[in-house]
Amino acid sequence: MGLFFFHLIYKTCIIMPHISLPEGFPGIRSLAVYRPDTGAALYALAEALLRGDSSLSQADAELIAAFTSSQNDCTFCTCSHAAAARYLFGTDKEIVDAVIADYQTAPISEKMKTLLAIAQCVQQDARTVSDEIVANARLAGATDREIHDTVLIAATFCMFNRYVDGLATLTPTNPGAYEPMGERMATLGYVPPKYP
Amino acid sequence: MPHIPLPEHLPGITGLLEYRLDTALPIRDLTQILLRGESTLTQGERELIATIVSSRNCTNFCEAAHTKAADMLLGETETARLVKLNFETAPVSDKMKALLNIAALTQKSGKSVTPEAIERAHHAGATDLEIHDTVLIAALFCLYNKYVDGLATVAPTDPAYYETLGERIVGRGYMRPPGGHQPPKSTNEV
Repeated sequence: MGLFFFHLIYKTCIIMPHISLPEGFPGIRSLAVYRPDTGAALYALAEALLRGDSSLSQADAELIAAFTSSQNDCTFCTCSHAAAARYLFGTDKEIVDAVIADYQTAPISEKMKTLLAIAQCVQQDARTVSDEIVANARLAGATDREIHDTVLIAATFCMFNRYVDGLATLTPTNPGAYEPMGERMATLGYVPPKYP
Repeated sequence: MPHIPLPEHLPGITGLLEYRLDTALPIRDLTQILLRGESTLTQGERELIATIVSSRNCTNFCEAAHTKAADMLLGETETARLVKLNFETAPVSDKMKALLNIAALTQKSGKSVTPEAIERAHHAGATDLEIHDTVLIAALFCLYNKYVDGLATVAPTDPAYYETLGERIVGRGYMRPPGGHQPPKSTNEV
């Protein structure tokens, strides 16, 4: 009886991936196992962009990634990058949920607010990144490179979010599943998963 | 005017890929694998996917470059033009129509890709890998389009520029030329 209900719930509530993906891997991980050559390039991009050489802190880079993913309504990427950002912000971790709720009232610097405004334009329609909005970021102390990195992080997550949701990959619904994922991303970085 | 200082002789994506090399390398690798690597989709078909996404994102630089690449690979200019106008009536296979539909939905958002759109592609003979690659190419061009437009890079208006660029991406592919892009000796060189 219990098993019957399990199957019923499984069939009615769980959205199956659009293509046959290896079982037991969620989100982007299932796609990197499915196609390791593109997976390696995607993980290398995430590693360079979020943990490579930049004057944006790793925490701020993860925050832009989580924010863009939340604007794209991509649950897997939002939860995993929010978890990474929370781990990196440590005692200031409440910043992350405040930004996702409303970045304009969140307890972050003016510079980060102007950078998130740029990320939001990129997510909606990148042609709306105006001279004025970029001037605001410069006025708040953002460098050319920080403006560049913000645009590229937002654009990159518009790719990841579409890839992960466009193939309807497995998205854990238990928030607890993302905490160890975030810690791994924040400490070990973006290492492509291996098929066991 | 671009939002950040970029070399004048490198318009569109070309200047951005030189601006930050550590992120450019995996982006180039990914593009080379998806558009030039082994696939049951022809290179021309894959360039059509890049073209329709860039066209719907209204990114002039990428649209012109990949239209030119598709034209060169297909040996005519009608298919790409008609795919951009309305892929449902364009002279492509039913399978390509179903895949272009998935690409167009991916351009809107990942969640727009419905089980019905996938079913249509499977029914028309598309494999899982072809569907996967279509979604990833479409997603990758959303990255490119947003990167190019978000930093307000310059899109040359001279068709000759895209002729040369098309020849380059068809003939040499997407990897960085050895030593990068040297400043032009004449104004005709890109």
